[in-house]
Amino acid sequence: MTTARVVGFAALVAIVAAFPLFAGTYPVKLLQEILIWGIFAMSLDLLMGYAGMVSFGHSAFFGIGGYIAALALVKSPGLVSALLLPALAAAVGALVIGFFSIRVSGVYFIMLTLAFSQMFYAVTFQAAWLGAEDGLVGVPRPSVFGWDAASPRVFHAYLLVLVVLSVLFLWRIVRSPFGHVLRGIHDNEGRMQAVGYPVNRYKLLAFVIGGTVAGVAGSLYCQFVGSISPDAFLWTTSGEALLMVIIGGTGTLGGSMLGAAAFILLQSMVSSYTERWMLILGLTFVFLVLFAPGGILGALRGRVGIHS
Amino acid sequence: MSASAPLLVIGGLTRRFGALSALNGVSLAVAPWERRAIIGPNGAGKTTLFNVITGQLRPSGGSILFDGEQVEGLKPHALARRGMGRSFQRNNLFFKLTVLENLRLAAAAGGRGSYNLLGGIERMRAALERARAAAEAVGLSARLGEVAGTLSYGEQRQLEVGVVLATAPKLMLLDEPTAGMSPEETARMTRMLEGLPRDVTLLIIEHDMDVVGSLADRVTVLHYGEVLTEGTFDEVKRDPRVYDVYLGSA
Repeated sequence: MTTARVVGFAALVAIVAAFPLFAGTYPVKLLQEILIWGIFAMSLDLLMGYAGMVSFGHSAFFGIGGYIAALALVKSPGLVSALLLPALAAAVGALVIGFFSIRVSGVYFIMLTLAFSQMFYAVTFQAAWLGAEDGLVGVPRPSVFGWDAASPRVFHAYLLVLVVLSVLFLWRIVRSPFGHVLRGIHDNEGRMQAVGYPVNRYKLLAFVIGGTVAGVAGSLYCQFVGSISPDAFLWTTSGEALLMVIIGGTGTLGGSMLGAAAFILLQSMVSSYTERWMLILGLTFVFLVLFAPGGILGALRGRVGIHS
Repeated sequence: MSASAPLLVIGGLTRRFGALSALNGVSLAVAPWERRAIIGPNGAGKTTLFNVITGQLRPSGGSILFDGEQVEGLKPHALARRGMGRSFQRNNLFFKLTVLENLRLAAAAGGRGSYNLLGGIERMRAALERARAAAEAVGLSARLGEVAGTLSYGEQRQLEVGVVLATAPKLMLLDEPTAGMSPEETARMTRMLEGLPRDVTLLIIEHDMDVVGSLADRVTVLHYGEVLTEGTFDEVKRDPRVYDVYLGSA
């Protein structure tokens, strides 16, 4: 990482950390929502932008993380329930779904991942012990090293630490030897096999990593709103993450966070004026894809001449 | 294995596509360090033979012994790890990555370092060194930072061979390395191939008889999926049957 990047990142973290000191409750909630969706979108960008696997079923891991957190936090409101168990469950889910899905590519991969995530929706929607269509409500926030995250300040700090860790983790991965293998697979899967890479193993590992981080995002979302419902599994959850990644700029990681911010801010601003915010969002999206196919970050880089 | 044992032994290899037999009982043996050319008219089954040897296609029958091991039916990556490296007739590169990244990916394929999630790429010293050596060998040292897709066709052809070299194979299978090249580029490629280390066994499909003549120790002629004849370049050249299949006897 260049010095400029380190300084920029640190400044951004400082601003986000200090935000509750000068902003009201609603803006802080918006910011937290952006951060959580940002992690979720970044975990999808690892698959889409780096490994070239466009998943339309990423909501499966978001939902698994959310449900496991909800079930576990009621029993024992600690970090094991808030992070470890949801991450593990999402990893296992990604391992199973990935095992079948990575065998196909393109549209078939999209359909298969979509089908798996919709299965979770159907099951949770019917399951009485999971609150059926209402989901699980009244989920307590964890106690973090003795600090109760029910306090807004503690939750903000706890969330920020996890966001920073997730961002650094994903940044590190895409620049690691493994990350370069993913780029090679994205570029030319056949040649990767011909030079000796067992491509499916790498794709599965990427899928599990992306799914695990998505599970953490789902768990954080559940802690943020205090509930989780079958909607978390719905295809629109995957679709929104996909939009965030594309709006921000596929294959940039940072762009996904930016895309999440743009999406959520637009949604909150426009929806306070009109019920038809989806229409405005749709038009914005069409405009972006037509005139800035590299996403917001792509457009910025082209303008300022910054390149990764 | 003893020095005289062949590196590659193919026995009665067949490959059918529906009713068509692209390979119809091909047998050949390549000694270690040998440079063998496979020639034959279009549709003779040369590329199919490569595809079956390197695992892109499964054989319909027959056996492949490589480095003393039965390998038919293994996946391409498994064969590459055992020391088979192949280039392609049509440029098959990582077009969005730089020359160095192309070569480094190939050089790192054999090790386990590629599962490293958190380490820096710059720590893969051995792979980087092998990548640079391969670039040097194919004459692309000055182009390491260029994106492969922006190279000239001839340079991409050189990189195609460089990627194979970077995997440090025991057996190199080159599928028409000079395809589509100008006479000057072909001459340069030939010099480059002649300069390859002798401990790499070479199996090369080639249409340019000058290249075959100056490079190959032995030549195998394929025709309609069968071995028509085999021998030194001069022996093969004098064989009237070879003359017939190339010019057509009818």
